[in-house]
Amino acid sequence: MDSGRSNFVALKILVAGGFGVGKTTLVGAVSEIRPLRTEEAMTTAGAAVDRTDGIEGKYTTTVAMDFGRISLREDLALYLFGTPGQDRFWFLWDELAQGALGAIVLADTRRLADCFPAVDYFERRGLPFLVALNEFEDTRRVESRAVSAALDLDPGTPVIRCDARDRASVKEVLISLVEHAGRQHAAAPARASATAE
Amino acid sequence: MSVNDRPSWYDEQAGPLVRLYALTRGRARPSPVLLDLLSLVTADGDPARDPLLSPEQAAVLTLCRIRPRSVADLAADLDLPLGVTRVILTDLLDYGHIRVTRPVRPTALPDERLLQEVIDGLRAL
Repeated sequence: MDSGRSNFVALKILVAGGFGVGKTTLVGAVSEIRPLRTEEAMTTAGAAVDRTDGIEGKYTTTVAMDFGRISLREDLALYLFGTPGQDRFWFLWDELAQGALGAIVLADTRRLADCFPAVDYFERRGLPFLVALNEFEDTRRVESRAVSAALDLDPGTPVIRCDARDRASVKEVLISLVEHAGRQHAAAPARASATAE
Repeated sequence: MSVNDRPSWYDEQAGPLVRLYALTRGRARPSPVLLDLLSLVTADGDPARDPLLSPEQAAVLTLCRIRPRSVADLAADLDLPLGVTRVILTDLLDYGHIRVTRPVRPTALPDERLLQEVIDGLRAL
């Protein structure tokens, strides 16, 4: 093992879901959150939102994402990236999803429709994901099966409950996701392993 | 309306003193290897030996001499936008001050053992 540096493995997990569902809380429950800024060109889609009165020369906007790092070992780390909530930042998702191990779609059963875009996105990309129902105090318990049907999930996609504030609970969500990603990789038609063998 | 009614911007509210395009000397295109958020940067150069380095470039070398850091970590450490961070790193790469390695891709690791190590690591947290 020469210095061990080249052996360092960093894995990326995305945390998606509607605005205010608890993405930042979830990342913060298991890691130290740090903000990541990107300067992005403003599109017309954002024109109504990004008020530029008086600053007509402004063509870029700053998008902030949360990310956290969990060091599992000296040479193994897990990075969690909270995806920007608004639809107009889809282009950032492509960059984030690139090479990701999987994704957590955090959902609030009172506003389940908020996570449709994320579910749709990960399904189309073929990225392993699960749906984690963040249990708020006033949420009515909804059957996982009902959620699965409402979101029209593939049968293999896990739906689990969690408390985004609770470290142990979030750890379980992460473990479930890694297990699910492992199953998906194993089940994937030999496209990845064919070249390796 | 008196002068005092007008909003005043102080310190950080006024925006960065040095504009971001000045930090990158007007350039915006980073090296492809730096496009990955988890690409790992290792420092080879000693910032004290190169007086021509910008403060940001020197800061990168200082940070990465302690241990290798990811592009995302560096952007957060430097409190700079990702794009700007990448251009600063591209220069350091061109000067031969840093080495950048791509992270292992999940497509290259349906490695059950590694995933099991991640799970064990999470349980042990």
